[in-house]
Amino acid sequence: MRISGAQMVIEALIAENVDTVFGYPGGAIMNVYDEIYKQNSFKHILTRHEQAAVHAAEGYAKASGKVGVAMITSGPGFTNAVTGLADAYMDSIPLVVISGQVPMSLIGTDAFQEIDAVGISRSCTKHNYLVTDASDLGRVLKEAFYIAASGRPGPVHVDIPKDVTAQLAEFDYTKPVELETYKPTTKGNLRQIKKAVEAIAAAKRPLFYLGGGIINANAAELVREFVHATQIPAVETFMARGTLRFDDPLLISMLGMHGSYAANMAMSETDLIIGLGARFDDRVTGKLSEFAKNAQVIHVDIDPASISKLVNAHYPIVGDVKNVLEEMVPLAKESVKPERYASWRETIANFDRLHPLSYNEEGDRIKPQWVIERLGQLLGDRANISTDVGQHQMWSAQFYPFTRPRQWVSSGGLGTMGFGFPAAMGVKRADPERISINVTGDGSILMNIQELMTAVEYKLPVINVILNNNYLGMVRQWQTLFYDKRHSETDLSVQPDFVKLVEAFGGVGYRVETKEAFDAALKDAVEKNVVAIIDVVVNRLENVLPMVPAGGSLFNMMLLEKKEKK
Amino acid sequence: MENERRVVSVIVVNEASVLSRITDLFSARGYNIESLTVAPIPDSKYSRLTIVTSGSVRVIEQIVKQLHKLIPVLKVYDHVDFVEKEMAMVKFPISEPINDIDTLCRAYNGKIVNLGDDVLIAMVVDEPKRVDQFLKAIKRFHPKEIVRGGTVALER
Repeated sequence: MRISGAQMVIEALIAENVDTVFGYPGGAIMNVYDEIYKQNSFKHILTRHEQAAVHAAEGYAKASGKVGVAMITSGPGFTNAVTGLADAYMDSIPLVVISGQVPMSLIGTDAFQEIDAVGISRSCTKHNYLVTDASDLGRVLKEAFYIAASGRPGPVHVDIPKDVTAQLAEFDYTKPVELETYKPTTKGNLRQIKKAVEAIAAAKRPLFYLGGGIINANAAELVREFVHATQIPAVETFMARGTLRFDDPLLISMLGMHGSYAANMAMSETDLIIGLGARFDDRVTGKLSEFAKNAQVIHVDIDPASISKLVNAHYPIVGDVKNVLEEMVPLAKESVKPERYASWRETIANFDRLHPLSYNEEGDRIKPQWVIERLGQLLGDRANISTDVGQHQMWSAQFYPFTRPRQWVSSGGLGTMGFGFPAAMGVKRADPERISINVTGDGSILMNIQELMTAVEYKLPVINVILNNNYLGMVRQWQTLFYDKRHSETDLSVQPDFVKLVEAFGGVGYRVETKEAFDAALKDAVEKNVVAIIDVVVNRLENVLPMVPAGGSLFNMMLLEKKEKK
Repeated sequence: MENERRVVSVIVVNEASVLSRITDLFSARGYNIESLTVAPIPDSKYSRLTIVTSGSVRVIEQIVKQLHKLIPVLKVYDHVDFVEKEMAMVKFPISEPINDIDTLCRAYNGKIVNLGDDVLIAMVVDEPKRVDQFLKAIKRFHPKEIVRGGTVALER
């Protein structure tokens, strides 16, 4: 079949069962947009900024488990999208991002809206392509989807010059992908798996260290089975929230810089880390030389480069977590004796009794943590939770009662302010039956506020809950603790009227200063099912605790001083 | 941890921008490149790169793994038992003693390869350490220009 490059893009998206493309047109990608106009197979959602298009695709991918697709033009269209690519790269989110490029004849001439897009995206994508001939385009797009979703997932960028989208060539999308140089190891080595199970059976204080790879591999069910069969306690990374139910007695909590006391102490005391799809990020380990000093390490990961990168693995197992657990769980059920760890579970329970995750109520004033708890009480499993970046993000990870994988969508590795709102739109598109909440801050929300227009236009009723403390709260917290309270450029006292702002775009807004008002606003926003901002005035100087200061040892936490309730 | 000199060979698909993928990886992750050579492998769609690098055991392990992770990389050899050679060419003023230079070159698997009106060009092929020695030895002949080819290596 001889068709144009632009038609090939459409045909490829249809063949990949893409139902949503987030994008923004412009000169170099116009041939493709002309074909989008003519088709009815997928929906194009016009975001109001290219960065938001990529974040929306990320949210869509995270909530659905499918590859997210974004489309942008050359030059500034592409450079605006780079933050999204980098974010997806850090958090291993499968994306295919298609950009227009100036015609081949103009490449290298500093043409209008020309930038070396593949040069820029090389270091923040899993792979990228500059397509120089339409006869390659079908193969490239098929490879792009395959590479994005297989192995350790990640974003793939395809840059297509304008004349290539106009060029006619043969198109055959049925040919299977042949990549001699890319064959991810998905099945774990059985001998290593057996040795790892022996180590678990022999350990006294084993600990599951659950990472985001479990969510990517759709392995949460198996992990739950593994944890329950062995009765070994578990800590979750920030990215793994929702792997275990919040009320699972074996789930200690999140670990790391803002992890719970019990989680961090358990990690410091364990004699065997059972790491599943986690990468020992610096926010998790604190000071590496002091991290889990007495522990042997089982490390299951799809990415060989993640194993023994930071923490030496005694039992390295390269493979897809799900495949590996399918072998491992039955073996563990035979040999692991749950009662063996009874005193270890008791030790951890004591840690938790000593310093539970908590906060001090102060009369009728709204504490930010209360908002998250309350969201959880009122919406629980019915909501998907996206966040921006900062204090509100950590409180969400700490206090929301997660019940399932893919419920939690947040920018972990890159820490991208402005991620939450567009991501929550993508989540809503992928999972329309559930309520899509974006927990955000008064700093972050303004970083992609233009998306109010997209959400209103496409009826993506995201409820943005702003924990408004008139500060860039997390930076303010560091300034308070480590910079002698010099609050340099973090005071956000000057603010828009968020109610009027959202109303100007056609949504509804609520300014909330009491707990009753919060309940009423949330109820109203859910019932109205429209794009909303709930601007919640919270305690200004609240800190996220516990806290392991950057570079400190995991067991050296700043802890909450619990005040007795009056 | 002690830094160790390592020779790593990488077999890559011979396609546009593949070299930048490799060098970008080294710069992005802060790895050293002491020398790098690249040429197509005859009768194949692959090229072979030879990279001389240095780092701790853990860094070298990461370099190998990260190289493997690049999509167009077919194989990575972290050489242990291998033969390595490097070529160097040196330009001397014609006024320097040609016989002395020629004798020296021969000791390092080389010879004079070009004689012009003003200059002569000599070449040697030897182990990189020996090339270092050669370049030290020829200083007294006032070399005008030196070019080193970078290391190539084959596992025994």
